[in-house]
Amino acid sequence: MASIAHHDADEFPVHVHHQFEDIEQQNESYIVGMWTFLVTEVMFFGALFLAYILYRWNYQPDFYRVHENLSPLWGGINTTLLLLSSFTMVMGVHFAQLRDRMKVVGSLGATIVLATGFLIIKFTQEWPIKFHEHLVPGPTFGTMPEHLHGASPRAAEIFFSLYFLMTGLHAIHIIIGILIIGVLAGLWHKGKTIVTEDYVPTELVGLYWHFVDLVWIFLFPLFYLIPQ
Amino acid sequence: MSATVVNPGELHEEQEQLNYLTNGKSLKSWLLTGDHKRIAILYLISTAFFFMVGGFAASMIRLELTSPAGVLLESETYNKTFSAHGIVMIFLFLIPSIPAVIGNFVLPLMLGARDLAFPRLNLLSWYTYMLGGILIMIGMILGGTEAGWTFYTPLSSMYSHGTITITILGAFVVGFSSIFTGINFIVTIHKMRAPGMTWFRLPLFVWAMYATSVIILLGTPVVAITLGLVMTERITGIGIFSPELGGDPVLFQHMFWFYSHPAVYIMILPGFGVISEIIANFSRKRIFGYHFVAFSSLAIAGLGFLVWGHHMFISSQSMYQSVVFSLISFLVAVPSAIKVFNWTATLYKGNIRLQAPMIYALCFLGLFTIGGLTGLFLASAGTDVHLTGTYFIVAHFHYVMVGGAITAFLGGVHYWWPKMTGRMYPEKIAQVNALLVFIGFTLTFIPQFILGFMGMPRRYHYYYFAPEFQPYHIASSLGASILAIAFLIPGIYLVWSLFKGEKASANPWGAHGLEWETASPPDTHNFHHIPIVTDEVYDFPGVEYAHPSHGHKKKKGDLTPAGKENH
Ligand code: HEM
Ligand SMILES: [Cu+2]
Repeated sequence: MASIAHHDADEFPVHVHHQFEDIEQQNESYIVGMWTFLVTEVMFFGALFLAYILYRWNYQPDFYRVHENLSPLWGGINTTLLLLSSFTMVMGVHFAQLRDRMKVVGSLGATIVLATGFLIIKFTQEWPIKFHEHLVPGPTFGTMPEHLHGASPRAAEIFFSLYFLMTGLHAIHIIIGILIIGVLAGLWHKGKTIVTEDYVPTELVGLYWHFVDLVWIFLFPLFYLIPQ
Repeated sequence: MSATVVNPGELHEEQEQLNYLTNGKSLKSWLLTGDHKRIAILYLISTAFFFMVGGFAASMIRLELTSPAGVLLESETYNKTFSAHGIVMIFLFLIPSIPAVIGNFVLPLMLGARDLAFPRLNLLSWYTYMLGGILIMIGMILGGTEAGWTFYTPLSSMYSHGTITITILGAFVVGFSSIFTGINFIVTIHKMRAPGMTWFRLPLFVWAMYATSVIILLGTPVVAITLGLVMTERITGIGIFSPELGGDPVLFQHMFWFYSHPAVYIMILPGFGVISEIIANFSRKRIFGYHFVAFSSLAIAGLGFLVWGHHMFISSQSMYQSVVFSLISFLVAVPSAIKVFNWTATLYKGNIRLQAPMIYALCFLGLFTIGGLTGLFLASAGTDVHLTGTYFIVAHFHYVMVGGAITAFLGGVHYWWPKMTGRMYPEKIAQVNALLVFIGFTLTFIPQFILGFMGMPRRYHYYYFAPEFQPYHIASSLGASILAIAFLIPGIYLVWSLFKGEKASANPWGAHGLEWETASPPDTHNFHHIPIVTDEVYDFPGVEYAHPSHGHKKKKGDLTPAGKENH
């Protein structure tokens, strides 16, 4: 005879989905799911890093010359912003565990502000100059040779293709992150039980956010700090 | 015995109730379902459709090749036809077929779970798949792609006209549907096993799905970004893979095969899983060396990522790389061989019943072995330099993909058909048809091995320079016609059985496994109560077997339940 292994679903608050036996199983599933998703993300970016390694290997002197167009100052500021945002995210998860609603909202809000700052710097201080200096890959690329710093135009174009692809993909992840954190902060603000009764949703968003930061930690030295 | 057996009274009561097929009849209840069983049916219908599209392209190819000067198609149309065949069959049929149809249906049942961990993600996977499929179809209708299923650059990125961008976008999108399925399976297997369902009580099909999911998760993102780069090149004119612009086309090959060699295991590992189930249940024996078979799946998943260079022996890859790739390719054949030996050993003194699924499984054993062994010819770089780009390659991979994966798929569909539909398929026709598949298949592809050895290049649509190839091509086309009929017949009698087939009991095969302990078809929530598993996997009661310590034949279950004795 089949016996009942666990309790009935209705003993739990509404947010245990029918396929799960209890809240622990549901939460553990979400956490395993998030980590698995992050593995796919690592492979996703990994393929681009592979391309980067190949061309850096082939064109190291050109990469060194042309990378001087990137501003380590703005890159450094942005790195700091993201590191701080990781910290505020950690605080958010911490307060979520303590169910301190207003502090969670504050921490998440700070994370959004820092992330938005990152995007503003990227889209106002960094990318537009590349358009002016004709460093965006395409037909006009390199038509102002003084900005190539003596690098071969073909290698420089590969460098900037990779730069825009990789930091662009990263920026898309930041934008998605801001949206998700925004929704999460909204739910906390309204005191929805789906987040307040259970810190796991907040933790999942945190995991994603740390991953996005981590990618930048690799991108920054690879593009801004190329040694001679 | 098992504590999971549902007593007949309860079963009866269950059958009176709504099952997953009758619970909600509107189209909406299907299109918005979260039920893994319904999603499996959606996938079954859609993969069957794409299989017919791909099959149509195959018939055009075989027709064209019956004459040394071609019959019907122009060169470019021919290129588009074989490209369509490969793209549709691989991305839209083989990769999703077993995981998304059979895996979706039986995996939660086998684990004793009510559903996959993320039902909505599962539904999203089907929609993503359909979106990708439709994009690929649109690409074909608007002009087609001539770059083959491998999309080699710079042909695909610079020279190919036509609608290749849409086609590649379609393949890119389909990739996400397998990622979603992979995530779902991994989480479900880790977290949703019923109490008592330990890792080593998992049916081997579950192990196979686990290994497949690992490959999907590690490989698919790489091919997605690779195809994404080709699309970006076509749209923006950057040159990551284009030599004129400083890029390296061989990088494309590396990134593509980094996924696509493992992808051949995405296609065959689920087949391995199905075959393990069928062989155990139709020999009524525990799979010989269960642990070896389980771990060999993981070994394949791991080693499979280290051999991609064997597709690039004649590219600019260095000789030393080739040597290493060649050696590792030999290694990757070992776990596959372990499986074949263990299945064969399972048959030994088994209580074999030759019903249709078992006939398919036996066909699989023979055909996959030939396919795998010819893979070794190609894995040794010296031989491959001569054989690459010939029909030998075509024959090799059809042996593993059609003789292996599709045969397993057909066997699995027959095996679980009673569970999926509550009806039995007509056994006699199915048995004869399984033999017809074997005959048609062999007649199609044995001549192709010979042709390859004689030097017939793949992807050519004429061979006026060597008219002596013609008899082999005609034999192959003849075989393909038989094979086409043998694929159509199950379509007909399976649909027929939905209405006229005998009603199936909960466990028509006397098989062992949790999926056979719910009603056929199961109700929406799979199990009334989550079962507690107390018996070992493939623990068949009442079967004659040689008792190891006594050295004489004895009836299993006479004294103590055998599963406990073994452990
Ligand atoms: C048993 C181990 C196997 C080995 C050692 C092996 C080896 C190889 C090698 C060396 C090639 C490259 C030939 C060339 O292009 O010159 C090849 C091609 C291929 N193999 Fe296998 N193979 C094995 C199993 C499989 C399996 C299980 C599948 C699929 C289910 C498969 C599918 C393919 C496909 C699709 C190609 C051709 C790809 C193309 O160029 O379009 N192989 N195999
Ligand atoms: Cu391969």
